[in-house]
Amino acid sequence: MIEEKDKKQESLYLKLIPYFDKYGILLLLVIMILVMHILQPDVFLSWRNVTNVFKQISWQSMLALGVFMVIVTAGIDLSVGSIMMLSLMILAIVAKAGAPWFLVVMTPLIAGFLCGLINGAGITFLRMPHPFIMTLGTLYIFRGTGNLISGGTPISGFTDEVRYLGHGRIDLTWLGLEKSQYLPVSLVLIAIVYFIFWIFMNHSRTGKWIYAIGGNPNAARASGINVNKILIIVYSLCGFLSGIGALILAGRADSGYPNAGLQSELDAIAACIIGGASFFGGRGTVLGVFAGVMIMGILRNGLNLMDVSSFWQQVLIGSIIVLAVYIDVLRRDLSTRK
Amino acid sequence: MSSSNNLLLEAKGITKYFGTITALENVNLKVHAGECLGVVGDNGAGKSTLMKVLSGLYKPSSGSLFFEGKEKVLESPRDSQNLGLEMVYQDLALAGNLPIGENIFLGREPTKNFGLIKLLDFKKIKELTDAHLGKLKINVKSADQKVEELSGGQRQAVAIARSTAFDAKVVIMDEPTAALAIKEVGKVLDLINSLKKTGVGVIVISHRMDDIFTVSDRVMALFQGTNFAEAELSKTSRDEVIGWIMGKK
Repeated sequence: MIEEKDKKQESLYLKLIPYFDKYGILLLLVIMILVMHILQPDVFLSWRNVTNVFKQISWQSMLALGVFMVIVTAGIDLSVGSIMMLSLMILAIVAKAGAPWFLVVMTPLIAGFLCGLINGAGITFLRMPHPFIMTLGTLYIFRGTGNLISGGTPISGFTDEVRYLGHGRIDLTWLGLEKSQYLPVSLVLIAIVYFIFWIFMNHSRTGKWIYAIGGNPNAARASGINVNKILIIVYSLCGFLSGIGALILAGRADSGYPNAGLQSELDAIAACIIGGASFFGGRGTVLGVFAGVMIMGILRNGLNLMDVSSFWQQVLIGSIIVLAVYIDVLRRDLSTRK
Repeated sequence: MSSSNNLLLEAKGITKYFGTITALENVNLKVHAGECLGVVGDNGAGKSTLMKVLSGLYKPSSGSLFFEGKEKVLESPRDSQNLGLEMVYQDLALAGNLPIGENIFLGREPTKNFGLIKLLDFKKIKELTDAHLGKLKINVKSADQKVEELSGGQRQAVAIARSTAFDAKVVIMDEPTAALAIKEVGKVLDLINSLKKTGVGVIVISHRMDDIFTVSDRVMALFQGTNFAEAELSKTSRDEVIGWIMGKK
């Protein structure tokens, strides 16, 4: 009798594992939100603070999504912060030259895409032994170029159209809400971009092939998949998303400045890892990356609200990375012991 | 057997040089529908090179390939796949992180249109996979199971299922039992036999005499890149075939 009960419990547990696999990170996110709410009941879940969190993670979420796709192929892109900075500087120069706003808005997207294309071409055609090396090189090259073209000084002041994605507000007074309860355009943008890339990664052939390349590149090759072409697409899209990040940051900061995106490639990688993407490729979800970005954003926001020093934020974020991966290791142990 | 009208694949006078090294010299090979050809030979005898020529990965230095009686020039593995010639690799060539069905259809996934964009048709993948696995009598819990959760034998079965999912006429298997536990070898060999019954021509490269003598109808030995000996299985013995591998007749 007891044995039977044990069996039932065990099988229930085994059935739950795939759900933990998929949604465990969301659970962590919900717990964090609850804890923050208990610690800061008046402020944390207020309209103003919630929209603030989304505004703060807006451009990081774009970089993280790009780096995520690269990590799924078992690669890495260290240059996303520099791509964003270079795209931002090009945008600033084009804007200052008096170009019409739709041209200004297009420039960072094109610049980001081209930077990603350079990364992809270097990794495939120059046969760099690891993407780490190529993108480490371009991390310096792109930031250096951004400083060269701008003279290393900030360029400020953009028109409202250019700033719309990063700074725009969607008025909700027609819903009977107050004037201060607006929806940031960047939040809508995050939702749209993440939805598109969720479809792309899970429901398109190219997305499936990206996972296949991360799982076993030889299998992908033997299946007739043009692995190099897919890798170039992935790095180009990663650059493109960094370009979107630049456009958002242009709106938020109203300035192109030399330190933009400094070390943000590491934040992006951290968000992917916290969100459950595997460094060995082939594993991870778009939803997980979003949760990873949110966890980092909420942690920073919550600690700021509680007036904790930013040095402690660094220590805590580092600890969460190690903890998240350790939980993943434990979970994998459990699910393979069946 | 072997009336010339069911001859599927024929290689005539295949020679392959790598620089100054002669890997294959004037090698001939024939496979008929529903027949299994066992290819044996010592390491370096040219088995793998010959298979890579047949699958279009290497271009022969001279010699020609005939597929269903017509001469064909293969530029890439895609060309041989389009002719219905599939290769099952020794390292299996499956993506462990993807489910069985998605592995079987990897690179050739069925899609459906949503307005202007094409999305994967998961329902169709599952239906086709279930039907195909059923046809080959391959038992797995579900087509949604990830390949990394399968045993070595199940993985080999999936690899073979993958090679035959698109009406393959000839399937080439490189050491299909090399990585398997003993109790799983029998299942894979059964699968090869049921594949033959569906009219597929099979070429099996193996070191294991047990494999060769369980599934082959004909056995052919390569020695130092040349045709050394060939016989109907019923007209030879294990000892003789082992002798061929070592270059003794």
